[in-house]
Amino acid sequence: MKARGHVLKYGDNVDTDVIIPARYLNSFDAEELASHAMVDIDPTFTQRLQKGDIMVAGKNFGCGSSREHAPLCLKTAGVSCIIAKSFARIFYRNSINIGFAILECPEAAEEIQEGDVVNVDYDSGIITDETTHKTYQAQPFPPFLQKMIKANGLVNYVNEKKGTKA
Amino acid sequence: MGMTMTQKILAAHAGLDHVEAGQLIEAKLDVVMANDITGPMALPIFRQMADRVFDPDKVYLVPDHFTPNKDIKSAENSKAILDFSYDQHLTHVLEQGKCGVEHAILPERGYVTAGECIIGADSHTCTYGALGAFSTGVGTTDIATGMATGELWFKVPSAIRFKITGKPSPYVSGKDVILHIIHEIGVDGALYQSMEFTGDGIQYLTMDDRFTICNMAIEAGAKNGIFPVDEQTEAYLKEHCQKPHTVYTADADAVYDREIEVDLSKVRPMVAFPHLPGNGHTIDEVEQMDRIKIDQVVIGSCTNGRMSDLRKAASILKDQKVADHVRVMVVPATQKIFLQCIQEGLAEIFVKAGCAFNTPSCGPCMGGHMGVMAKGERCVSTTNRNFVGRMGDTESYIYLASPQTAAASAIAGYIANPETIGGAQK
Ligand code: SF4
Repeated sequence: MKARGHVLKYGDNVDTDVIIPARYLNSFDAEELASHAMVDIDPTFTQRLQKGDIMVAGKNFGCGSSREHAPLCLKTAGVSCIIAKSFARIFYRNSINIGFAILECPEAAEEIQEGDVVNVDYDSGIITDETTHKTYQAQPFPPFLQKMIKANGLVNYVNEKKGTKA
Repeated sequence: MGMTMTQKILAAHAGLDHVEAGQLIEAKLDVVMANDITGPMALPIFRQMADRVFDPDKVYLVPDHFTPNKDIKSAENSKAILDFSYDQHLTHVLEQGKCGVEHAILPERGYVTAGECIIGADSHTCTYGALGAFSTGVGTTDIATGMATGELWFKVPSAIRFKITGKPSPYVSGKDVILHIIHEIGVDGALYQSMEFTGDGIQYLTMDDRFTICNMAIEAGAKNGIFPVDEQTEAYLKEHCQKPHTVYTADADAVYDREIEVDLSKVRPMVAFPHLPGNGHTIDEVEQMDRIKIDQVVIGSCTNGRMSDLRKAASILKDQKVADHVRVMVVPATQKIFLQCIQEGLAEIFVKAGCAFNTPSCGPCMGGHMGVMAKGERCVSTTNRNFVGRMGDTESYIYLASPQTAAASAIAGYIANPETIGGAQK
């Protein structure tokens, strides 16, 4: 699996309340949620975002609530991948559980700039900034999580394991 | 190599003799909880995996965030989890007017106990660590999987040991302790880790203090917070819980990433400024600044809406008046607490002082309803998050504090020191 896109860059501690504000949580329609993504921190986000774009952020991305609406709305809005210095743990779990690959790589998160074109190879964890021609090695996923991402999320993983429905 | 208290609970639930930090395991679940926001979203995911929940005794769906239903969508969400609770013959069906905020109601009713492995589709599920359980917040896919299979994957966390010493002064409570700690270690200071609280000082922390402290472990990025089981825990469980429990203790040679000492006698009333819970200042620092005028005060939530919190707030508001330009929302966390406030005369104290005394709900805590702020407004709140836009407009401001500090500020009209302002008039 690979991703390639332009970078939208953010700072530290981007919390779930700004990724998708609570006032929109009485809906769980993914498309509707996606239309409000990042509105409180970056009102032009959904207009600027092109399908496949990559988010780069500082530490503790996705801190705050357990709302799976947060990774879901970013994935649905068209974000292909998030590279951050670190992720808040529930956001990390939720992303993997919905088959949204996210990578921790402090060096890449520091150096890659807004607007750069970046290429990500999930299998090897190699991140290439095509604008600056620099490459970075992200922490690869442990095999258990790789299996889950390949299954496109926890639901399929459970069903495969149980051999039941779906 | 020994295990931490959290690791021991996880090992036992994974059927393993030993686990280590970083290990990926699948553990059996004792309690699976979701609410009116996360529950409805989990149901279609659940249905992709199963027709029936793994155990109707162990699944709880709590309507608390947008309840009493604030609009049609909220009503549909509440209805979805209520219908599901009945369809699945859940042993405990929770309905508005008969329950309260999830993290207050589950311990109060004895649905959670020591030694259990608990997940909730709400980040503050870490609250129940106060009882000596492993308890953590997860997302909707996790919760759907938990409801379907009774099992979930976990990465075994490493831990920070907090050695609690000393005795707190009268106007310092659990909220000040945790705001102090988050200020020290930062909002990602315990990322992916357990926060294990030990030491002589914990005897001076009541169960309500411990719930408040564990509630905010997530605000330091932690996977869970956990207290050892002592006489206070046993007494609490005896009073509230019928289920048998298991006491786990950390091994003497357990390995911790670091140890941090917290001397309770040195902790001061704390105020976390916008927009991060780690942005704490002592009340003494606040008193050195220009006065911070406020428009709203919220006393309630899963952090500080318990009986002792409301008693503390009432002791300051007794025979006092809330400042003219301030509106105060007092929101007891459960119906039982609500009733007790009436019986003990607290409701009268609040209303006479000029506070709105509201039905149990998350309400203003996450800007849902019952206390949403306009642009430019400032609030002192006993809740747990002061993120941008959390309680209303993105240009409104939340200052997190204890019930005592919130009550004193309500009277003063600006952020004030509970040691010098209010009923106890000092
Ligand atoms: S009171 Fe606030 S923090 Fe607690 S569960 Fe409700 S919304 Fe979440």
